[in-house]
Amino acid sequence: MFHSLGKYILLLHLSFRKPEKFKVYWAEVMREMVSVGIGSLGIISIISLFIGAATTIQVAFQLSSPLVPRSIAGSIARDSTILEFSPTISSLVLAGRVGSSIASQIGTMRVTEQIDALEIMGVNAPGYLIAPKIIAGMTMVPLLVIASIALGITGGWIACVVSGDVSPADYISGVHSGFEGLTVRVALVKAVVFGFIIASICAYQGFYTSGGALEVGQSATKGVVYSCVMILFADLVITRLML
Amino acid sequence: MIEVKDIYKTFGENEVLKGISAKFTAGKNNLIIGGSGSGKTTLLKCIVGLHDPTKGQVFFNDENFTEMDFTQRVPIRTEIGMLFQNSALFDSMTVEENIMFPLNLFTKQSKEEKLERANFCLERVNLAGKNKLYPSELSGGMKKRVGIARAISMQPKYLFVDEPNSGLDPKTSILIDELINELTEEYEITTVIVTHDMNSVMGIGDHIVFLHEGKKWWEGSNHEIAHTDNKELNSFVFASKFMQAAKEKL
Repeated sequence: MFHSLGKYILLLHLSFRKPEKFKVYWAEVMREMVSVGIGSLGIISIISLFIGAATTIQVAFQLSSPLVPRSIAGSIARDSTILEFSPTISSLVLAGRVGSSIASQIGTMRVTEQIDALEIMGVNAPGYLIAPKIIAGMTMVPLLVIASIALGITGGWIACVVSGDVSPADYISGVHSGFEGLTVRVALVKAVVFGFIIASICAYQGFYTSGGALEVGQSATKGVVYSCVMILFADLVITRLML
Repeated sequence: MIEVKDIYKTFGENEVLKGISAKFTAGKNNLIIGGSGSGKTTLLKCIVGLHDPTKGQVFFNDENFTEMDFTQRVPIRTEIGMLFQNSALFDSMTVEENIMFPLNLFTKQSKEEKLERANFCLERVNLAGKNKLYPSELSGGMKKRVGIARAISMQPKYLFVDEPNSGLDPKTSILIDELINELTEEYEITTVIVTHDMNSVMGIGDHIVFLHEGKKWWEGSNHEIAHTDNKELNSFVFASKFMQAAKEKL
């Protein structure tokens, strides 16, 4: 385990060495941002809308007492969405979509000698392949989480309109009441950390792939599993430290 | 000139290279031949720095490449071109982008100059007009030729070629050999080719190093190979009846 941790840290160190030509690396960063951000927007939108809707209906069901104001469903759905569902669930989904893509892409480049070709040319392969993905992860995951929060809350409102369990006016009143900016800051910190975890762990798994197609698949699986575990661990640590 | 001195390479318990020393002459086709598992590709990877030798040194024009760190190696690496066994073209880039990739990173040429160079390299390997194709749209022979075009794009002093004929039909194989030979002579490149193709050995083997069980077993030219009494070399080169018949005519 310590051997792997050491290799992981050394790989990160190599990844952030001075680039040979900034312009070429910048183009890679932009390409990765589009791949991570725009490429994941569809799936994030869908899961956020459904999770927001389901959360609101469940909260309304559990707080059906006449002593509890109906607007509380909006407040609980908002805080759950901001603090947990949007950053964590979105990141777990992104680990599957983006992480497996990173690990298999870099793994395939390794087994088809494309990484060797980069090194022969004198290119810092970790810098060229991994750094842009980490930067894209750390910048685009927070943006996706912001979109997810907005869509999750919208999903809750749609559920209110469709089901009638809570009136839309009560829901909106609940969303507005007692809002604390700290919850959004926590969500963004989580998103940045989760973005780093997904890109770096999956890139590490891909970079040290050896063998053939079978091993590329195994690297992708390992990358996703380790990322998910680390996301949940980091979620606990950040929550404990910031709240 | 490239020189390897007393190279050893071990993977775990497996000692693949056992003290190989050789000199690879400038402006010539230097062939490393040997059976499967003899250590040919490992030696090539030790020379280009993809593997660090367990013991021994590699010199490029008397500069000790083995003792250099990554940054110190960059100037020599920009003088190296390499054609990989499976071409190792970047899947996400077109043919033109593959060839221009090292130019983008290591030169200050304008886009037009880089494009001109890419077109020249493509013409040189008889693939003019194939600029916008992706590697997945190319045949095996075309991929090899694009790999060669990328390798020569930086006008290298050293060209390394790993199994240039693997997976190719005999005719395409000969075309690739002829192309490598022409480029070596034209630009006076020090070319090191790992192969077990006997057409290449007899056709372009200016200087041949034969490896057997991780050791250098024989060294000479293609003219000398037919007359050697080295038992292992003879059983490797003249293994087929066709080659035995050819030897009798020599």
